[in-house]
Amino acid sequence: MQPIVVQNIHKRFGDVKALRNISFTVEEGELFGLIGPDGAGKSTLFRILTTLLLADEGTATVNGLHVVKDYRSIRRQVGYMPGRFSLYQDLSVEENLHFFATIFHTSVEENYELIRDIYEQIAPFKKRPAGKLSGGMKQKLALCCALVHKPAVLFLDEPTTGVDPVSRKEFWEMLQRLKQKGIPILVSTPYMDEAVLCDRVALIQKGEIMQINTPAAIIADFKKPIWAVRARNMFHLLRDLRAYEGTDSCYAFGEYLHLTLHTGIEDAKAWLTARHHEDLVIQSTTAGIEDAFIRLMQEQNETV
Amino acid sequence: MRTIFFILQKEFLQIFRNRIMLPIIFVVPVVQLLVLAFAANYEIKHLSIDIVDQDQSTWSRQLRDKLLASGYFSLHRQTHSTKEAYADLEGGRADLILNIPRHFERDLVRENKAQLQMLVNAINGSKAGLANGYALSIINSFNRSIRLNWLALKENDGPEHFDVSYRYWFNPDMNYKYFMVPGILVVLVTLIGAFLSGMNIVKEKEMGTIEQLNVTPIRKHHFIIGKLMPFWIIALFELAFGMIVGKLVFGLPFVGNIAWIYLFAAIYLLVMLGLGLLISTFTDTQQQSMFISWFFMIIFILMSGLFTPIESMPEWAQRITLFNPVAYFVKMIRMVMLKGSGWADIRYYFGVMLLFAAVLNSVAIWNYRKRV
Repeated sequence: MQPIVVQNIHKRFGDVKALRNISFTVEEGELFGLIGPDGAGKSTLFRILTTLLLADEGTATVNGLHVVKDYRSIRRQVGYMPGRFSLYQDLSVEENLHFFATIFHTSVEENYELIRDIYEQIAPFKKRPAGKLSGGMKQKLALCCALVHKPAVLFLDEPTTGVDPVSRKEFWEMLQRLKQKGIPILVSTPYMDEAVLCDRVALIQKGEIMQINTPAAIIADFKKPIWAVRARNMFHLLRDLRAYEGTDSCYAFGEYLHLTLHTGIEDAKAWLTARHHEDLVIQSTTAGIEDAFIRLMQEQNETV
Repeated sequence: MRTIFFILQKEFLQIFRNRIMLPIIFVVPVVQLLVLAFAANYEIKHLSIDIVDQDQSTWSRQLRDKLLASGYFSLHRQTHSTKEAYADLEGGRADLILNIPRHFERDLVRENKAQLQMLVNAINGSKAGLANGYALSIINSFNRSIRLNWLALKENDGPEHFDVSYRYWFNPDMNYKYFMVPGILVVLVTLIGAFLSGMNIVKEKEMGTIEQLNVTPIRKHHFIIGKLMPFWIIALFELAFGMIVGKLVFGLPFVGNIAWIYLFAAIYLLVMLGLGLLISTFTDTQQQSMFISWFFMIIFILMSGLFTPIESMPEWAQRITLFNPVAYFVKMIRMVMLKGSGWADIRYYFGVMLLFAAVLNSVAIWNYRKRV
């Protein structure tokens, strides 16, 4: 049985089409990523799958249960971590955990095995009110609370947004360990670099899924040669490259600009040299997942 | 049941952790009782009076002394000049002017009648009414006694008249506090019931915690009961606390059975909690909820008969008070506490309150289902 099956989900809020014909499945034990910018419809999809919102069209099942008809059973079986911190800020770490354990009619001790790795990191602060934790600690606590009843499926809505890079890395390591314990996880993130940490990803933009694949396949799909370009004045460089008629795409990527062309690189070089860029560096580079996403997003923007 | 218990546990933890909650529970009732009961007093004493005595006769002086001896009036100015007195009245320094015209005594003796003029500052209507009433009754009794004197008759041989003797029942000393304190207890219970309960539910929405709670086995009725019950308990506790303060500080009489008051308060609170719940379904933040509660509370409390008697309101306003739960409780608690009313007298109020509780909660729950 597939833990999550989504079929042709549509949702609109007034005139805004929040979700358009969304379909995907999450396999057992899979860490499935939903990658997309803010406002892409990720949270709306999460709220439909966690029975908080009704879809206009389409069906979805979670752990074999229908999200509308069997909503009550779903609520007992899934772990959900909303995008916004949703624990009691005035209760301490252990009180929050205890509360969420008891309302699922279980106890922290009963499923301690599952949360031990994570809980041990926040245990030194267990008497501290949740509102006074740092961003990363808050997310760890929220994950503990979502796991404390040993959920069959885990929904994590932007768990690493607003978290420092070290905590983000730690958080993903925790997710990998949870995956090893066999819990299927649907996670959303606006950070494209996190996509490679998922088994499969769906790229979502403006309420539509553009591609679903493994990160490796998405990168492999990127066939064009890609060039990393640098110069002393990056702003002028970007402006000049975008003005160049042979340019396919050009965007900032770390300390370089990533450039794809539909002409030869030599022509581009000549164009830049003519514009007197100092310290000009042009080198070939391999495409990353971000290059693939940016390209896909661009393609969608052009068709819409 | 267990789920409700866990929610209650969490609620009490949060309520008592809230730094402002304990003062609200213990300080607010004491302050309200002490301040309001002493301050909101309708007995009006020491009305300042200007006497324009243009006669300067024995009788005019007697009349003046009699007025001042009553304790209701204190002399602000005695003058010959009407102008001065008018200026005092206009400047708010005098509440009333008694104008004794020239030849007051002479006219009275010679023509058997004389005239007095009284000018009352009626900006504060009830004060003016009382001032007028006090002054008139003193002048009337003065009038009678000088007639007796003049005719040199004994009291019993005088012209026929009748005396009215009276007794104040249920509050023989006319102690205004006995009247106020039960009403203030109602206000206390109301504040906790309606304000805090609505805010408590909205808080979960505002903080976003409802999002997490909804993806748990908690059912809606668990949530509603778990969120509202703490305030039902706290408000009933508050009532007991307020009654103890009332007894200790004001020697409040408990003529009737307190159990009736408690039973009534329990049902009354269901109405208030239902109102809080209903408001919470319309609002998204505690601030909004607070403002809407405030709107209702002001109307409910000012039209409850706590400060101004319902009977003296215009007809249409009286009809509105039929839908005011606070008015019923104020009336009922005074009846039981001061008069000792029993079941037969108060069952009507119980019936109305049960009806309110049923209607309001049904609407609130129906609306809650629709929106959440």
